[in-house]
Amino acid sequence: MSLDNNIIAHWKRSEFLLIGGSAGSFKLIFNIVKSFNADLDKAVIIIIHRKKNFFSEIEKLFAENSRISLKEITDKEIIRKNTIYIAPPNYHTLIEKDGSFALDVSEAIWYSRPSIDVTFESAAEAFKGRCTAILLSGANQDGAVGLLKLRDNGCLTIAQNPEDSEMPQMPLAAIEIKAAEYILNSEEIFGLLRQ
Amino acid sequence: MSTEQEILSVQQLDELIDLIKKFHGFDFSFYSKASLKRRVLRIMQNKKQTFYDLKHTLVNNQLFFQEFLDEITVNVTEMFRDPSFYKALNNQVIPYLSTYQHIKMWSAGCSSGEEVYSLAILMNETGLSKKSFIYGTDINTEMLKEARKGIYSLKKIKSYAENYQYSGLKGSLTDHFTIMYDAATVHSELKHNTLFSVHNLVSDAIFNEFQLISCRNVFIYFESELQEKILELFYNSLAPLGFLCMGSKETIRSDKFKKKFKVISSKENIYQKIVT
Repeated sequence: MSLDNNIIAHWKRSEFLLIGGSAGSFKLIFNIVKSFNADLDKAVIIIIHRKKNFFSEIEKLFAENSRISLKEITDKEIIRKNTIYIAPPNYHTLIEKDGSFALDVSEAIWYSRPSIDVTFESAAEAFKGRCTAILLSGANQDGAVGLLKLRDNGCLTIAQNPEDSEMPQMPLAAIEIKAAEYILNSEEIFGLLRQ
Repeated sequence: MSTEQEILSVQQLDELIDLIKKFHGFDFSFYSKASLKRRVLRIMQNKKQTFYDLKHTLVNNQLFFQEFLDEITVNVTEMFRDPSFYKALNNQVIPYLSTYQHIKMWSAGCSSGEEVYSLAILMNETGLSKKSFIYGTDINTEMLKEARKGIYSLKKIKSYAENYQYSGLKGSLTDHFTIMYDAATVHSELKHNTLFSVHNLVSDAIFNEFQLISCRNVFIYFESELQEKILELFYNSLAPLGFLCMGSKETIRSDKFKKKFKVISSKENIYQKIVT
């Protein structure tokens, strides 16, 4: 699949980028973070599955390699442009209609907290069409239903090509329920985000 | 979970909030909407009820309301949740508290009691049990019953024990429990220093003076105005130089209260009341 004008236009007018990833997505997300220029003019929200008690160096590693400011989400924080937000472990991240984050410690979904579905579903209502969402490699089906809801609300939805994913289950689950408007290889994803 | 067309508009959510306030006396007006809405949709889905069914059941079925409340108020908690918080408490707060004659603590929004017993274990292992007392409060009476029992499944205890290990305490979590079949009961000596009672942070007043208040991962469910109102309650409930502990992703955002508290740990969100 190549990048048509539609996808490029929708990406360009998006104010928010949502990225969901699990097993096998870390390196790709790291490279995406690295690739953004200082004039991105969008807010990036990253949901990665990770274990709760290990103080992770993700933020530090990402921040050192990012040209735009990067931080772990705190409760009630207002979402700002040119900032990369990372969902904290052991919380669900929701998005309020006023454009702020709200955290939640309710039950894990698909054994995951943060759950990609939870963030995607609340983003669908808060952002409507002003958003691009990408679902990457992972070993369960979190994110599929959320991606569908984003698509139903007019967001640009993309799944990583399962053949290009280290763990195909997550993008496959999304593709099966027709949640992904586009299915792209990682190179195409980079190509799009560079636009 | 599926998204099969369960739709709940902002107006409908407000309607439910009004109805609950009127018929059951619980005020959810200033709860964070995204989370509240998700909980309500979950109930509608699990019970296969439309918005109109739900309204009808809430008014006409008193027993259903308890079930509804259990779902609405998030009752997920852990012992030694965020082990690094307990480490900070042990290193930065306990030495200070140990100089007091009596140490009164309040775990606000205690749900099934895990945090109360974690604090009780911390006090026990630091030799402060005899002079400490911990109050656990929640709006959910069913959860408080669970808390008083202090019985947890072995599966849960296993995950709590993992948290405990990272907390830097030297003992073993299971030393504080009697294990029978597939459940573990908190030792009665820990229970002696605890009291669980109903308290609604939204509507109830000060009931005691504390050296430490722990209210972790409760503020996330409240909008900023309500957070500020409850901060006032906490400030007034704290003894001079008393400590306020919030969840690891919660902070004091209000300028008014930023000035009234000193930051003890910015990472763990531990604050100390400044005496002016």
